[in-house]
Amino acid sequence: MKAKAGNVDIDISKEFTPEQLKKLDEIIAKNKDKAGALIPVLEQAQGVLEFLPMPILKIIASGLNLPLSRVYGVVTFYSFFTMTPRGKHTMRVCLGTACYVRGGKAINDIIKKELKVEEGETTPDRLFTLETVRCVGACGLGPVIFVGENVHGRLKPAKVKDVISQYN
Amino acid sequence: MSKINTLEDLNKAAKRGLESIIPSKTKVMVGMATSGIASGAQEVYNALAEEIKKRKLDIILSKTGAMGMDCIEPLVDVLQPNKPRLAYSKVTAKKVPEIIDQIVKGAVNGNKPAYRMDEEEFICLNENKPYLKGPVPKDLEGIPKIGDVSFYKKQMKLATRNCGMINYESIDEYIAKGGYFSLLKALTKMQPDEIIDEVIASGLRGRGGGGFQAGIKWQTCRRAHGDIKYVICNGDEGDPGAYMDRSVMEGDPHSVIEGMIIGAYAIGSSQGFIYVRNEYPLAVANLQRALDQAREYGLLGKNILNTGFDFDLKIGKGAGAFVCGESTALMTSLEGKAGEPRAKYIHTVEHGLWDRPSNLNNVETWANVPAIISRGAKWFSSIGCKNNSGTKVFCLVGKINNIGMVEVPMGIPLKEIIYEIGGGIPGGKKYKAVQTGGPSGGCLPDSLIDISVDFDSLWDAGSMMGSGGMIVMDETTCMVDIARYFIDFLEFESCGKCVPCREGVYRMNEILNDICDGKGKAGDVELLESMSQGIVDGALCALGSTAANPVLSTLKYFRDEYVAHVRDKKCPAGVCKALIRFSVSDEKCTGCGVCLKKCPTECISGEKKKTHVIDQTKCIKCGVCKESCKFDAIIVE
Repeated sequence: MKAKAGNVDIDISKEFTPEQLKKLDEIIAKNKDKAGALIPVLEQAQGVLEFLPMPILKIIASGLNLPLSRVYGVVTFYSFFTMTPRGKHTMRVCLGTACYVRGGKAINDIIKKELKVEEGETTPDRLFTLETVRCVGACGLGPVIFVGENVHGRLKPAKVKDVISQYN
Repeated sequence: MSKINTLEDLNKAAKRGLESIIPSKTKVMVGMATSGIASGAQEVYNALAEEIKKRKLDIILSKTGAMGMDCIEPLVDVLQPNKPRLAYSKVTAKKVPEIIDQIVKGAVNGNKPAYRMDEEEFICLNENKPYLKGPVPKDLEGIPKIGDVSFYKKQMKLATRNCGMINYESIDEYIAKGGYFSLLKALTKMQPDEIIDEVIASGLRGRGGGGFQAGIKWQTCRRAHGDIKYVICNGDEGDPGAYMDRSVMEGDPHSVIEGMIIGAYAIGSSQGFIYVRNEYPLAVANLQRALDQAREYGLLGKNILNTGFDFDLKIGKGAGAFVCGESTALMTSLEGKAGEPRAKYIHTVEHGLWDRPSNLNNVETWANVPAIISRGAKWFSSIGCKNNSGTKVFCLVGKINNIGMVEVPMGIPLKEIIYEIGGGIPGGKKYKAVQTGGPSGGCLPDSLIDISVDFDSLWDAGSMMGSGGMIVMDETTCMVDIARYFIDFLEFESCGKCVPCREGVYRMNEILNDICDGKGKAGDVELLESMSQGIVDGALCALGSTAANPVLSTLKYFRDEYVAHVRDKKCPAGVCKALIRFSVSDEKCTGCGVCLKKCPTECISGEKKKTHVIDQTKCIKCGVCKESCKFDAIIVE
């Protein structure tokens, strides 16, 4: 598991709207006394806030009456959770075995080159977040990438530039 | 909907279901599992809905799961009264008006279906119901029967019996296929011990990869002390290139639910969990709908089928951690913690979730249970081979012509899966190996092509059944690179709890990266071997103790490739970038300039109509030039 860097000094009142923070409180209140509630709470919170910076983790920890270390431990353990802001489009490159043997790695290398980011990073203009995933189960279309909900299958290295330019 | 309490109630629901499976008017079904949707099935569905509305036609439009043949999706099945069911392949929104034309005219011309079905199999009821009375119409005779299509010919569908056949949104259609009759039989006519004996006698082994006798596990859990017991379904299908469980959860969610209720009754449990990967939103949605329907019918919750038995199910969602497919880690994750596994000498059937007796089986195992209860252990054990009864679902992917999900009887020769069902290797390339068992499995080379595909034979060959991924590789796949790929995967997914896995796999990854980068040293291969043994012996859970398998099996069968990398600094398959270089053939290059334009690093130069040159210092070896060259003028060596 790779550690996720999270900006500790982030000002949540600037990053999130009051409505978003209110929803967070509601999610916590609803799950407060349930066994095994932490993961569902984090999942719903990320659904509302899009990312979970350290100050948010502190709110969740005190709300659920759990040590912050436990909350931080869970967030950094599961790849689904993110502590950094995300781009407008999430580009997920499938590196499942089927896509890999059909050239997924070359596709990934070119995307990294084109976007000038590494896996897990967001472009400075916050347009794209690049992620790699291990199998989205669209093996019949490999190599495949997802941009948001859109599927780009049977992708060739030469077509990567065209795909990126479709999004703005 | 009123609750189902008696056999008559169930029969009524089955009658409704049958009327919607084989209706008295035209029905069009779109394969809308994730694989279909990824190929564009949603657009096709929308286009069909629009066209039907526009022409004011009285046609039922329905959704179904995955039939398995991913490479010909999106699939649209047309069923008209007293006619065979026709399957149109690779349908696009553009082709929809033509298909509707054919339906209206009642004649097939132009757009030919891929295959036809004359009858539908009802496995749990042990009968086939015909779509048509009398002979097949003359104009449809030329369309192959599904049983004659090489992809389907050797298949046998038990766990995936309803996938692609019923509407996954309809509980009545599931009941019409014999669903929940097994539950009624179990609850009203069988004692818990009888059910367990039946499952033991069937020989059903855990389909998640372990291959442990499911019935024995149930028995141990039943005998374990504790007033509260849990049944759990492992739907955290994390192996890359495997999506059998997803297909079952999406296409036939009730089969898993029914299996779990029967299991819960046999074990004495009143609460269950289905743990599903977060990456499977459609599976979660379909399971959730199915749970609601079952509750509405009184098949879940208090006093199930009016027998006094109480049981309910909840969905727990994973959050993207491969190790959570391991049973102890999964239970820790269900408790809301980081999913770290623990030592297995404390059995989960005695001390599992919240320290209570917990029986965990995988999706495919649960889906088999209703069929075993309805048809009996004798029937189930007559399928397959010795000590490996029943069927197994595989995902046949990679360098293979017919990509898709297949279900075959245990003991089928590998050759038949690769060359008959899979249709061989594309582009006339040579078969090199098939990787089974995911990151914990191994590779089977050409010399083992006749191997019987069952738990024991695969294990003896240094691989394993695993959950059912089957990734086919051809001569352009580098086996050292593949070993590195899996080790890299496992290094990332290692939870970090035990040292052999955390540090050992990390170090193996370093060595393999060095070898692929041309920095391999004499003794590296031997070091990999001895480290592998250390990890096998020392790791805490199955992720670690099987982590070395990809290395050990590639070393066993493809040692020469390792030697080529380390000693000769060559990658025979032309994959490892540090060991290959791209150049332009003087003879073949026409100077057309296509590669020059496509190159992402602008490292190709040359005048029009003259041989181009690749600047080796700037080349990132991405292969764009080779792929875009129409004259085969790019040389890789």
